[in-house]
Amino acid sequence: MEQQAYKVVGKPLRKKDSMQLLLGKPLYTDDLVPRNALKVRLLRSPHANAMVREIRTDAAKKVPGVVDIYTWEDVPATRFAIAGQTYPEPSPYDRLIIDRHVRFAGDVVAIIAAETEKAAEKAMKLIRAQYDVLEPVLDFRTAKDNPVLVHPEEDWFPPCQVGGDNRRNLVASGVDAQGDVEGVMARCEIVLDRTYHTKAFNQAMMETFRTYTELDRYGRLHVVSSTQIVFHCRRILSRALGIPKSRIRVEKPRIGGGFGAKQTAVCEVYPAFVTLKTGRPAELIFSREESQIAGSPRHEMQIRVRLGADRDGTIRALDLYTLSNTGAYGEHGPTTVGLSGHKSIPLYTGNLEAFRFGYDVVYTNHQAAGAYRGYGATQGIFALETTVNELAETLGMDPTALRDRNMVRQGMVMPAYYGETANACALDRCMEHCRRIFGWEEKYPVRDMGNGKVRSAGVAMAMQGSCISNVDVGSATVKLSDDGTYNLIIGAADMGTGCDTILAQMVAECMDCDVEDVAVFGADTDASPYDSGSYASSTTYITGKAVEKACAELKKRICGIAAEMMGCDAAEVVFERGQVRRVSTGQTVSLSDISYKAQVFSDRTAEATATHTSPVSPPPYMVGMVEIELDKLTGQVTILDYMAVVDCGIPINPALARIQTEGGIVQGIGHTLLENVTYDGRGKPMESSFLQYKLPTRLDMGHLRVEFEHSHEPTGPFGAKSIGEIVINTPAPAIAHAIYRATGIWHRELPITPEQIAMSMEQPE
Amino acid sequence: MIMNIQNYVRPQSLEEAYTLNQNRRSRIIGGMLWLKMGRGTVSTAIDLCDLGLDTIEETQDQFSIGAMVTLRQLELHKGLNDYTQGAMAQSVQDIVGVQFRNLATLGGSLWGRFGFSDVLTMFLAMDTWVELYKGGILPLERFASMKHDRDILVRVIVKKAPGRFVYRAMRNQRTDFPVLTCALSRLEGEYRAVLGARPGRAMVIRDSGGLLSEGITGESAAAFAAFAAETVPTGGNLRGSAAYRTHLIRVLTQRSLLELGGME
Amino acid sequence: MMEIKLKLNGRNVSSHIDPGLLLIDFLRDQGCFSVKRGCETSNCGLCTVLLDGKPVLSCSVLAARAAGHHVQTLEGLQEEAAEFVGFIADQGADQCGFCNPGFVMNTIALLRENPNPTDDEIRSYLAGNLCRCSGYDGQLRGIRGFLDSRGKK
Repeated sequence: MEQQAYKVVGKPLRKKDSMQLLLGKPLYTDDLVPRNALKVRLLRSPHANAMVREIRTDAAKKVPGVVDIYTWEDVPATRFAIAGQTYPEPSPYDRLIIDRHVRFAGDVVAIIAAETEKAAEKAMKLIRAQYDVLEPVLDFRTAKDNPVLVHPEEDWFPPCQVGGDNRRNLVASGVDAQGDVEGVMARCEIVLDRTYHTKAFNQAMMETFRTYTELDRYGRLHVVSSTQIVFHCRRILSRALGIPKSRIRVEKPRIGGGFGAKQTAVCEVYPAFVTLKTGRPAELIFSREESQIAGSPRHEMQIRVRLGADRDGTIRALDLYTLSNTGAYGEHGPTTVGLSGHKSIPLYTGNLEAFRFGYDVVYTNHQAAGAYRGYGATQGIFALETTVNELAETLGMDPTALRDRNMVRQGMVMPAYYGETANACALDRCMEHCRRIFGWEEKYPVRDMGNGKVRSAGVAMAMQGSCISNVDVGSATVKLSDDGTYNLIIGAADMGTGCDTILAQMVAECMDCDVEDVAVFGADTDASPYDSGSYASSTTYITGKAVEKACAELKKRICGIAAEMMGCDAAEVVFERGQVRRVSTGQTVSLSDISYKAQVFSDRTAEATATHTSPVSPPPYMVGMVEIELDKLTGQVTILDYMAVVDCGIPINPALARIQTEGGIVQGIGHTLLENVTYDGRGKPMESSFLQYKLPTRLDMGHLRVEFEHSHEPTGPFGAKSIGEIVINTPAPAIAHAIYRATGIWHRELPITPEQIAMSMEQPE
Repeated sequence: MIMNIQNYVRPQSLEEAYTLNQNRRSRIIGGMLWLKMGRGTVSTAIDLCDLGLDTIEETQDQFSIGAMVTLRQLELHKGLNDYTQGAMAQSVQDIVGVQFRNLATLGGSLWGRFGFSDVLTMFLAMDTWVELYKGGILPLERFASMKHDRDILVRVIVKKAPGRFVYRAMRNQRTDFPVLTCALSRLEGEYRAVLGARPGRAMVIRDSGGLLSEGITGESAAAFAAFAAETVPTGGNLRGSAAYRTHLIRVLTQRSLLELGGME
Repeated sequence: MMEIKLKLNGRNVSSHIDPGLLLIDFLRDQGCFSVKRGCETSNCGLCTVLLDGKPVLSCSVLAARAAGHHVQTLEGLQEEAAEFVGFIADQGADQCGFCNPGFVMNTIALLRENPNPTDDEIRSYLAGNLCRCSGYDGQLRGIRGFLDSRGKK
């Protein structure tokens, strides 16, 4: 695998916005809102399932400063979905802006628009809502074919056929299989049959959901929102509000974190509705509580894994069944579940003779789930990797050796991954590399530290995709400016990940200039070329390739203008750093002069737009190893070291790739040990604030070490694949493994709390 | 999220503060960390910040700690930490963060008599007295079991009885509320175990059965820990069940005793 | 309504406020947009400002209590911050940036109190500053990089 020497790609450059962010400049939605904007607040249902019998707002409307209050009677009757997905969306159209039937504790009952927050708060207390409380569906294991229907409405509409049926509380169902799973299982020397449970973890990005809306100078709806998906957002608003897309402009400023949460239009529709009704600017800032209880968290899943193997450690058959809880609305339900099988099973392509992956996605009266980094793969990988670790322990094999024997390797065709070939796969090298830096040989054996404390280690592998194959579209416009620098205009959304910088590095590489000479703009539906948005790990891989293509086209155009200036054929000139040269004469024209030429009596443009899509989604791969110290008496787990080696193809910016990895690992640690999601008996979420939903602090995560094994993905820009999501997938299975090593007990439900650990070992002495 | 406060006053004397506080809808603001989460209306917020109650005075026999002294001051105070062998800092250093501890006050923490309180747990392990403006000086242990009234906690007095102290707490996450708190002390020969976050208010357990009368050994520590686990009632909440807390009482008490006895 | 006078980033400010106004909201009204709100429960550290030089959560202080005192936000400490934040940028650890102002303010407080902290001292002083993006280690490397570069001078 030869590697080209790049000048800018592969360099750990600062993000272009770093100093602005670190010095606290006003760059986020709430920093940009004019003072006269109406404050929008939402009255939410206290019941998990109820019909609004009567709602009276007359007293509330009389509060000074209250401009208007809207209820189910005031909104359009067209159902829509708020999932940021390419049209036609796999998610069902099952929402109204306000529905008379409220389906989770936190569902919107009224929209209040007021001059001040205080007036809005006061009005909220004066709204009189009466409910016919219905029995809720709270256990997703009993949701399918439950007599209580979450969506009994006649106008429930799935734009895609994904096996859903609202009369059965079913959003999607299906089976994918190859080979004779039962036959192979029957011939296996050992079969493990295990069931796992993961919860609806919250993204908990530091900036909660928020949107500002106004009518612009043309009377169009201008939406400034903290979103990953400006184009999908425009389409969603158009359908929900019943106004043409031509009347809507959506842009995003800097975003205070997303992790998938903002791949769903969670809050945009409410202030937009207020602005349309009142003609006034309006802003909605979700409180942390609203973000916790009415956001767009991970899908809770129960996953049954059947694994068939021989005693020599050959994994021959895998059978996964996933039950996924989409909550009250179906956003991302049909798609997240797919990853739980399609992005776990292929890890064991090595000797696999047969597989089956079946799933059901059900409605319940919980908060609706959505997209969260990892998107179902995280859940599936926890289940499968834990089962594989159990196989290793059962067989008395080193779990890394077991994986060496079975893992997918470069060149293999992956039947469980839509038949794609692993064209770039360094998973084997990741394992070897991680074993070495971690010191697996020394750390894998359990060590007694005295006083009830033991040290132990665990391991897991992971994969993800680099886009949604055959669906995602990325585009980029590159323009030459009069001083010979460039503008890059994108529709992808930098949410802190650094994609503005990464894509600028690609422009700099292609155009042989410094990254400082590339100004980036995005994302704005009026100005940006179309992009599906920043999700599915796709921005580097898809939009990056579009950047590469646009640069190639722009170079051609620049050479054309230069050739005209020098009176020769375009074939006679070459593009060089800062100039174009006529090879035969050595004559040059500067980029600045070329740009000026394009501005005078010219019908040639010095800009180019290109679009890219991909029929494949090359997986990145990763190995994570953890060393813990476990206190057998209190059950406390202390992470000592977490080491990971990632194959993301070529890291375009190694500093940013490393931080993505470290951040993903710490989120994964949080889900495994700290972050819980529970509901009371009536369906009210208990962890509704940071007082109760505990994110890892910098004292909870131990020491991290991240390294890379390069591979070269032929379909990616500069050989790159993706990094954004895969990094969250290894902590749960690796830590669960280490806990088993320390205690002899497998925990198959997340999070694994000190109480569960301690009490599961409580035995009479 | 919005607190409704109609008046904000900084009294210039305790008498003025006391008078203002007799109104049922007045509230004394300490660090304001709990007050701000309430949604009720406060007619007068009484801020004691002008009364000079933000100092720790150390004499040969005692510490006199103003009610407005912050948890961060306790954490950094050399005298208190020398006296408690560092247990004072140990007891507060995992409370949320430095910025929080710069606001949270000793007076606020004790006045609330919160179940989860690390501070109450630690101070109950010492020979601690509280000074109320009208109620005079009384032992913290008695104060802790009193109902809330409209008096004012002025300062806290810790007698420097020769002693040894150990503080431990179990937290699911490092800066979270504790699942259980445990302060152990030997004050002039008397053992005291204080167990808090049960999740009820901290309780003091003494060695009434003389389990430790022969000193701390592996066996006597285990016996006393078992006694504490049997004696102290526990309950369940989001952070842990009653059974787990009872289990933790045994574990933390035993470990703390062994540490106190220099055996760990 | 009541009137308060205080010093904000070195300049005298007087204002008529609601007695229940929180310092964070007062500061944003004054144009100090670096002060961010991340929770309602005093848990995240995003709103950290210096009150008479000490780091506090501005979401948990009444603006009225700040009367007569000096409040500093990142707007007023640009130069002091600029000395070290570049090292954090070099790690890519700024990420989404939303937690940065609070974290930078508390780092300023840390370095004033303890100019040569160990890694563990850094971790524990900043424990009340949550970050969901970076995984924290890059922030630590940045601060460590700054301290090491200063040591070399």
